[in-house]
Amino acid sequence: MPLTIRDLPREKYVLPGHAACPGCPETIGLRFVGMALGRRAILVVPAGCTSIIQGLMPGSGLAFPIINVAFASADAVASGVAAAKEVIGEDSVVVVWAGDGATADIGFATLSGAAERNENIIHICVDNEAYMNTGIQRSSQTPIGAWTTTTWRGKTEPKKNMPLIMASHGIPYVATASVAYPMDFIEKLRKAASIRGFRYVHLHAPCPIGWRFDPSETIEIARLAIETGIWVLMEVEGGRVTISPPSKPYVDKSRRKPLVEYLRRQGRFREISDELIRELEREIDEYWNLLLKLSS
Amino acid sequence: MKRADLILPLSKPKIGVQGITGSWRIRKPVINYGKCVGCGICWLYCPDSTIEIENAGSRFRVSIDYTYCKGCGICSSVCPVKAIDMVREV
Ligand SMILES: Cc1ncc(C[n+]2csc(CCOP(=O)(O)OP(=O)(O)O)c2C)c(N)n1
Ligand code: SF4
Ligand code: SF4
Ligand code: SF4
Repeated sequence: MPLTIRDLPREKYVLPGHAACPGCPETIGLRFVGMALGRRAILVVPAGCTSIIQGLMPGSGLAFPIINVAFASADAVASGVAAAKEVIGEDSVVVVWAGDGATADIGFATLSGAAERNENIIHICVDNEAYMNTGIQRSSQTPIGAWTTTTWRGKTEPKKNMPLIMASHGIPYVATASVAYPMDFIEKLRKAASIRGFRYVHLHAPCPIGWRFDPSETIEIARLAIETGIWVLMEVEGGRVTISPPSKPYVDKSRRKPLVEYLRRQGRFREISDELIRELEREIDEYWNLLLKLSS
Repeated sequence: MKRADLILPLSKPKIGVQGITGSWRIRKPVINYGKCVGCGICWLYCPDSTIEIENAGSRFRVSIDYTYCKGCGICSSVCPVKAIDMVREV
């Protein structure tokens, strides 16, 4: 039976009066983590917006048990916590909750190491496609054509494909998710929690501050990413890709909305050239073709 | 070192860790209960956990905590029947 709103626990893990900007996608995602895993979750959080959202000691705007750690150590710390919990026999789910910079750039060596050792942890990359906490600098997850404070004329390099890079580690579970599709995300997290070994979930998280849109539009923009096909919801298990239900209709290219409907809603793409739009479209087509090959 | 000298950098969950964040609001979400169909979708997406939800038969009754609601407007934009108006605060 598919999940409904009535099935979701109402205990608050994201507390009113936290320090995030209005319309923040990271807090939306954290609420879903709470709904999916509840008291079993232990979070390891490297520097990023979420560490600010927690607020100043001695209070915390998040009600999870959290260990705040240095960037490059997150997955190593989590590996140790998971091993210790196993020794004392505690039923917990150790989750690294890390930004795209912390995941794909600064923390990548440690992430890759923990994945290769198949440590018993879940890594969630909350992907707002730039280093937001320090003022919107580009990351390897910033897409082609996007303005950031370090790519004034639009980024010219493509977004590094983290889900497939992680799948190449041969880990038991890789999934992508979006803040606009909570039931899909929650079901994937619960499934991940039932699997042993290294699990990677990449959560698309449009940020009103860095992407330059009105804070009321976070969910609409996230939905448009799926409907235009620039973000694909899927799972990878045993080397095989399965496209998730919300993305299924868009296997058929003719059903995808034009990419510009997604781009023109965001100030970061205001000055994107036609050439870079075409490059982005080509990249999306290639990615879908690859996914479909891997799913057959 | 004596035990009493140890200060652990531990934080405890606290509502309002950043103060009364309702004061950040420039637009206020107002639910029109005449239109609301009690689907709970606004509760699901609110980034600030400032929408309360209760069961009301097969539907839900939702209400907004204005002490901490930051007025982002996500609830208004996701409402399927446009039952939440954003009203200017000043
Ligand atoms: C080793 C190290 N380098 C740089 C920083 C400064 N720093 C803190 S948060 C941050 C950006 C994090 O970006 P990301 O991981 O994408 O998370 P977001 O802020 O977008 O949530 C940086 C560069 C740091 N804390 N430690
Ligand atoms: S910059 Fe973006 S991700 Fe960071 S707290 Fe603000 S809204 Fe959230
Ligand atoms: S305006 Fe934003 S913070 Fe306020 S209740 Fe609606 S979704 Fe929540
Ligand atoms: S989303 Fe709209 S209709 Fe649904 S409960 Fe909220 S106000 Fe009512």
